[in-house]
Amino acid sequence: MSTLTDLTLAEARDKLKAREISARELTDAHLTAIEKARPLNAFITETPEKARAMADQADKRLAEGVAGPLEGVPLAIKDLFCTEGVQTTAASHILQGFVPTYESTVTKNLWHAGAVLLGKTNLDEFAMGSSNETSYFGPVISPWRRTGDPTPLVPGGSSGGSAAAVAAGLALGATGTDTGGSIRQPAAVAGICGLKPTYGRCSRWGIVAFASSLDQAGPMARTVGDCAILLKAMASHDAKDSTSLNVGVPDYEKSVRAGVKGLRIGIPKEVRGEGLSAEIAALWDKGAEWLKAQGAEIVEVSLKHAHHALPAYYIVAPAEASSNLARYDGVRYGLRVPGDDITQTYENTRAAGFGREVQRRILIGTYVLSAGYYDAYYLRAQKIRTLIARDFEEAFKGCDLILTPTTPGPAFAIGAKTSDPVEMYLNDVFTVTVNLAGLPGMSVPAGLTGDGLPLGLQLIGKPFDEETIFRAAGAIEEAAQFTARPGDWWSTS
Amino acid sequence: MSVDADTVRRVAKLARIALEEGRVQPMAEELNGILTWVEQLNAVDVAGVPPMTSVVKADLKRRADRVSDGGYAEDLMKNAPLAEDHFFVVPKVVE
Repeated sequence: MSTLTDLTLAEARDKLKAREISARELTDAHLTAIEKARPLNAFITETPEKARAMADQADKRLAEGVAGPLEGVPLAIKDLFCTEGVQTTAASHILQGFVPTYESTVTKNLWHAGAVLLGKTNLDEFAMGSSNETSYFGPVISPWRRTGDPTPLVPGGSSGGSAAAVAAGLALGATGTDTGGSIRQPAAVAGICGLKPTYGRCSRWGIVAFASSLDQAGPMARTVGDCAILLKAMASHDAKDSTSLNVGVPDYEKSVRAGVKGLRIGIPKEVRGEGLSAEIAALWDKGAEWLKAQGAEIVEVSLKHAHHALPAYYIVAPAEASSNLARYDGVRYGLRVPGDDITQTYENTRAAGFGREVQRRILIGTYVLSAGYYDAYYLRAQKIRTLIARDFEEAFKGCDLILTPTTPGPAFAIGAKTSDPVEMYLNDVFTVTVNLAGLPGMSVPAGLTGDGLPLGLQLIGKPFDEETIFRAAGAIEEAAQFTARPGDWWSTS
Repeated sequence: MSVDADTVRRVAKLARIALEEGRVQPMAEELNGILTWVEQLNAVDVAGVPPMTSVVKADLKRRADRVSDGGYAEDLMKNAPLAEDHFFVVPKVVE
C-alpha cells in the first residue's frame, strides 16, 4: 500500500492512464493513510464514500478511454473551497454544519479534470494565521519533528492541513489559498512545493472570502511538476469572478524542465539586510549558486519599500476582512445565538462564532476604516501598496524572476508564538509583498536545518508569468535533490 | 492614536461583536500593540502617490443587464438556522 501513496502525482497519473493501477486502489491507499494519520488533525471532514464513488467513476472513464487530465488522482481540498453537499467550515464555529449547494469554480475544474475528493483540510480560522493554531477544530500537527525531539510542531498556515496532508503522503496534491503567504509559508516549513498564482489566474468564486484584493487559490504538491499539472487544471477564466482574467492557460508542465539558461535572477538587496538568520542567508546563497550553475545570471535589484509590506498588509487585510465577514449574521446560514432583539442576535452570534484572532482582525479592520482614521491608516496603506508594486515593476526591468527565502525560519513548536500577534505576523515577512503587488510566487523545498526541518526558497515572477517560475523552480528542485520525508511516527495502527 | 477602552467598546459595537467587559482592556492592549507596530508607515513619504485600487491592470468586466441566473430559493433556505417557507425568521425588528 505504501508505495501507492509515495508516487508523485505525475507518476500516478501516468500509471492510471496505462491502467497499471486503478483509481479505486489508489484512492483506497490514501483513505487508509488518512485514517491512520488522524493524530495529525489534517482533515476537518473526510469524504471516503464520495472518494470511492468518484474513483469508480474515474476507473470507468479510464476504461472507456475518455479520461480527463487528472482522472483518478486523489486530492485534498482546503476547507475554504465550497463543495456541493460537503460541509464547508473555513475552520470556524460560525460555519459549522454549513453544507453548500454549489461548487467553487476551482474545485469544479478539478472534478471536471477527473480528480477525486479525499476530504476537506484543516486551516486557520477564515485563513487568518500562520501556524494553523486558530482553527476551531484544533491545531494541525506537522508530520515533521526535529531530529530526536518529539515536540509537536506547527505545519505553517493558513493552509496547514493541506501542507501536512501532502507532506505525510495522505494526498497526491492539495489546494490552498494564499492571502499573505498561506500557501507558500506552510509549503516551505512542510518541505513541499506551493504556488500562489497571479491575482486573477484562478477564480475566487465559491472560496470563502478573507481579503478579496489579495486572496488567490493555488496548488500544493510534493514536486514542482505536480504543482504545474494542478495549476493547469485549476486556472480558468470565470465570468462569476469579476477579477478573473481572460488570459490563456499554458501547459506549465512543459516549463518545469526547460532550464534557466539566460534567465536573470534578481536578489533584492534590502531584503538581505533585515536581521536574516545565518542558516537562511546560506540557503539563499546556495539557491542563487544553483541557478547560476545552470546558466542563469544573478543580478542585484532594489525593493525599497519591501520592509513596509508587512505593516501595510496588516491594515489592508483586516480592513477587507471586517467587510467580508459582515455577512456572518446568524440569519441566512451558519450558527445563530439568539438575543432579545436582532442586534443582540448578531452580537451574540458573532461573539460565539468567531475565534479570538478573527475577532481581533475584525476589530482592527473596523477601527482603521472608521470615520477619522480611514486616511491615516487604510488610505496610507493603499498608497504604500502602490509604491511596493512600482518597486517590482522597476525591478523586473532588470530581471526575469526574484529569488528570496520563503520564511524567516523553520516550523516552530505549537504554542510558541501565540501570545504576541505581531511576532506571529512576522512569519509572512517575505511572502506578503507578493500578495500586495498581485504577483505569482512559489516556494520550493531547498534544504534542511541543522535539526532536520525543511526550509524553502521563494521565486517571484512577473504578472501571469508562472511559466518562468516553473522553469527556475524545476532547476532548484533538480539541484537541491530534496528527498527528505517525515518519518511515520503518527500511524495509529 | 492610542486605543482606549471606550474606543474598543465602540468598535465592537460597530462590528456587531459582543465583547465581555473583562475582555475590553486586554483587547485595547492587543490593538495598541498592532497599531503601534504599523505606525512605522508614517515615516514613508506618500505625497502624490495614488492609492492602489486594483493589482491587475484590467477594466471591470461588464455584461448585458439581463437576468441570466436564479431560481434558487430552495437552495438558499437550506442552511438557514430558522426559516419558514421562503423567509428567514429573525426577532422582531420593527415595533
